[in-house]
Amino acid sequence: MSKHPLRTQKIAFFLLLVATLLIVVPVGLIVVVIIQKGWPAVNWQFLSEMPRQGMRAGGIFPAIVGTLYLVTGAILFALPIGLLAAVYLSEYAKDNILTRSIKLAIVNLAGVPSVVYGLFGLALFVVFFKFGASILSGSLTLGIMILPLIITASREALEAVPYSFREVSLSLGASKWQTIRHIVLPNAIPGIITGTILGLGRAAGETAPILFTVAAFYLPRLPQSVFDQAMALPYHLYVISTQVPNVDEKVRYGTALVLLSMVLFMNLVAIIIRYRFRKKKKW
Amino acid sequence: MVKFSVEALDIWFGKTQALKHVTMSVREKEILSVIGPSNSGKTSFLRMLNRFNEENPEFRMSGVVSMDGRDVRKIDRETLRRKIGMVFALPLPLPLSIFDNVAYGPRMHGERDNRRVAQIVERSLKQAFIWDEVKDRLHESAFKLSGGQQQRLCIGRTLAVGPEVILFDEPCSGLDPISTAKVEETMMILKKDYTIILVTNNVKQAARVGDRTAFFLSGELVELDATDKMFTAPSDKRTDDYIRGKFG
Amino acid sequence: MLRKFKEFVIEKLILLCGIASVIFVALIFVFLLKEGLSVFKFVRIGEFLAGRSWYPISEPAQLGILPLILGSLWVTFGAAVISVPIGLGCAVYIAEIAPGRTKEVLKGGIELLAAIPSVVLGFIGMVTLVPLVKNVFHLSTGLTGLSGSIILAFMAMPTIVSIAEDALYAVPKSYKEGAFALGATHWQTIWRVLLPAASSGIVAAVMLGIGRVIGETMAVMMITGNSAVIPRGLLEPLRTLTATIAAEMGEAVVGSEHYFALFAIGIILFIISFAINVTADLFLHKHK
Repeated sequence: MSKHPLRTQKIAFFLLLVATLLIVVPVGLIVVVIIQKGWPAVNWQFLSEMPRQGMRAGGIFPAIVGTLYLVTGAILFALPIGLLAAVYLSEYAKDNILTRSIKLAIVNLAGVPSVVYGLFGLALFVVFFKFGASILSGSLTLGIMILPLIITASREALEAVPYSFREVSLSLGASKWQTIRHIVLPNAIPGIITGTILGLGRAAGETAPILFTVAAFYLPRLPQSVFDQAMALPYHLYVISTQVPNVDEKVRYGTALVLLSMVLFMNLVAIIIRYRFRKKKKW
Repeated sequence: MVKFSVEALDIWFGKTQALKHVTMSVREKEILSVIGPSNSGKTSFLRMLNRFNEENPEFRMSGVVSMDGRDVRKIDRETLRRKIGMVFALPLPLPLSIFDNVAYGPRMHGERDNRRVAQIVERSLKQAFIWDEVKDRLHESAFKLSGGQQQRLCIGRTLAVGPEVILFDEPCSGLDPISTAKVEETMMILKKDYTIILVTNNVKQAARVGDRTAFFLSGELVELDATDKMFTAPSDKRTDDYIRGKFG
Repeated sequence: MLRKFKEFVIEKLILLCGIASVIFVALIFVFLLKEGLSVFKFVRIGEFLAGRSWYPISEPAQLGILPLILGSLWVTFGAAVISVPIGLGCAVYIAEIAPGRTKEVLKGGIELLAAIPSVVLGFIGMVTLVPLVKNVFHLSTGLTGLSGSIILAFMAMPTIVSIAEDALYAVPKSYKEGAFALGATHWQTIWRVLLPAASSGIVAAVMLGIGRVIGETMAVMMITGNSAVIPRGLLEPLRTLTATIAAEMGEAVVGSEHYFALFAIGIILFIISFAINVTADLFLHKHK
């Protein structure tokens, strides 16, 4: 390669460009195809009605509602724990074995396969705590799954608050907790919100953790309590794609479009918040 | 009257010894200037008084620091820091409005009455000679002030807590000469009511404002004397060399 | 004094939440063990791992997971072959070659890919890729390991690209300037200076990408055909460890040997992901 370094470079850069296009073009195509083929199916009835004829017609309302319930439950569980865990790591943790084990545990939680979360949720919440297959079990399982994401994002946001602000607050006689509560947390909120919304998106799109903990194959009514089963969008898409024969392709694409829009919308909101606050940052 | 007394103080950060066997005292309502090159231990000394070094997990110490005859380690940190205010090297407004910066301390100490808070804010800003410049824009962000104004705001914020002592940690290092003069003037007036300890890199500033001056070098207290005597007839050759600018 | 007490309680709560992650990891492991180890009352560990037949509901049940292990290995191998060169190439392109604006767009595209739910990719794979594979290779079905590998490659790429790009970005500017000063071309600098300097981060990127692939469930279940026989290649239907759990747990009776066996598969997956993540983390923090 040393003989014609510039020609080698040209070839190499061309291959790198090809690699990049091999990722980006299919991604674009996937989104475009889903929008194009799903759009005709999506209308008010589709969003607001119960499924009919064994899910071959009608709407996907209960699946949308179920996913909203699950995501809300997951966040209610994961946000307080994740945020306080992040506070611990950024404000209290010393460099010792406990801290190292916590960090290791977070790395591992982030890497555990989603179906293993499903097994865990089944064994602990459904069977051991006898919550049954229910919104409660599903939310808790999803909550634990998104915990590492929330901890990591919140911790970054907390650590980005300048140390000097903490010193000033302490020097004025505020206690450590007052300093965290009145100075550190308020200035970390944009980052925390960003992480939370990304967590919401992740929870909304996952299927494997809810397979055995909450998801109902077909339930043409809304859940009445946290101990009820519920339908969920990603599971519904799986069901009508593989388990129910002769479903109109339009309905499948429509469901995929609704799920994708939900997830991408949350990501978009998170990106916008991150971008706006980065610009506005005062220090 | 002795405000602080320091006896046989040794401190370490990890393996580095930052202060070596320091014994000295600070008198009530004086301005004590503390000079020395960087890493001489002068800031570590300052941070012993309000127990700020203890925020560093590597910190260890032996010896005693006491305020009004009481070991500072026996005084709870928040109470101690209400009595000992601190002004930092760079102007460090909190990301709040001008008003809320000054109101922060009193509010943290439980002052809920908004009228009283407003009174404290006005009084403190007047004491710091910045009231006239900010009274019409109290609810703007403190970051909109100039560097010199920000530093006087920080002094006002410290006063709002009602301290007995104010620690200045190189308070003019980021300021232009005019702002520096204003801050120095403020210190001279505050001296009537407060004990002031001024850590500075600027030997001339120490000479201008200090009643007494302490000279630190490599963690040792080399000399502590009346400023006039120190700058005309220092008893240690190293002090003389430093003051004349031979090193540091 | 009341405030002091309140803060004491809050700080204990913060500590508790801090160690919650450790508790959850321990709980996951304990519950997998509790349910999974019972399978060894019915089958010896060697038979379980090396047994060639998986007929969990026949009488007596045959619980050999070798076909599933091989299924996972084949698919992972295929996905790695596709995603590692493409992902690393893309990372180099984004980090070094793409101009400012394009770089942001490409990064956005990668984030978009990472955000697409696995079940949506599985669905798209079913309706587009599976027929394509069937026609191109003249197969009786397109539900094959290859289809799974391709879709999984797309799930691994965001991980590989973003971590490798971070690693390249973290190489000190002075390395690059030094190489340029010696008259090296941009590509020589990338190949001989940047990539070696970023090697430990790149290793971590590849490992985490592969970890993602091994653990992926829904997409792979939808398009690999789910046949639990020992695969001889990527052009035939196969079944992975993850898909087996997802597909069968719904029918398994709680407390049956089938149920225990699926949990035992969960233990294997947990240990693999644990090993991959710990090792990758070591590589990531090598420099710091």
